[in-house]
Amino acid sequence: MNRILLFAGLQEKAGQESIELDAVGKTVEEIKKKIGQQYQLDRLHEAMTAVNEEYAAHDYKIADGDVIAFIPPVSGG
Amino acid sequence: MSKLFCITDDPISVEEVVQLVSRREAGAINTFIGTVREFTYGKRTLHLEYQTYRSMAEKKLEQLGVEIEERWPEAKTAIVHRVGRLDIEDVAVVIAVSTPHRADSYEASRYAIERIKEMVPIWKKEHWEDGDAWIGDQTETNPYPEGAPQKEDLK
Repeated sequence: MNRILLFAGLQEKAGQESIELDAVGKTVEEIKKKIGQQYQLDRLHEAMTAVNEEYAAHDYKIADGDVIAFIPPVSGG
Repeated sequence: MSKLFCITDDPISVEEVVQLVSRREAGAINTFIGTVREFTYGKRTLHLEYQTYRSMAEKKLEQLGVEIEERWPEAKTAIVHRVGRLDIEDVAVVIAVSTPHRADSYEASRYAIERIKEMVPIWKKEHWEDGDAWIGDQTETNPYPEGAPQKEDLK
């Protein structure tokens, strides 16, 4: 099983902070597409993806227990 | 406050961040203080709200510290970023860099704030008189201009 974390505008749009699902074996890109459609997150393509607190490429394969986070464009400082 | 790189919910003491990098070898301590601005392009901000992916943000600030050490081996850096609700003039971030000579401290400090705005998972929500919005980028440039993170940002 996996947990997906949502932040900022994505969190507000989805109405929740996290999503539990089984993403094992899927790529970051596949998960992004699936969640984008399911929760109608039309700006998800602008977000980066982090797996276990490190930025991950589109083709990164998810393992069991991985924590995925969608990172919209950041605006700290 | 003793960690060199941290996210806090509380007001930041500039002096405490400076103390973290103060040392005998330094001839310069450069501080950058990011504060909450009232007007942005004529639009009035009432207050801000910062959200973070705290554990990753602290990790990324530490990574930033490593990047600075690689580029400016004699620099010592501390960065504290506040999250939660901030009012106008509140301090959102303090960066302190100490170096033996001043030029490096200016360069490293500038590098730090630009990298924060590029890759540290902290988000700002503007609250205006007529609404609110999460800000994607205030610099008018997209983070990750290539549409993807740079090699050094990837797992």
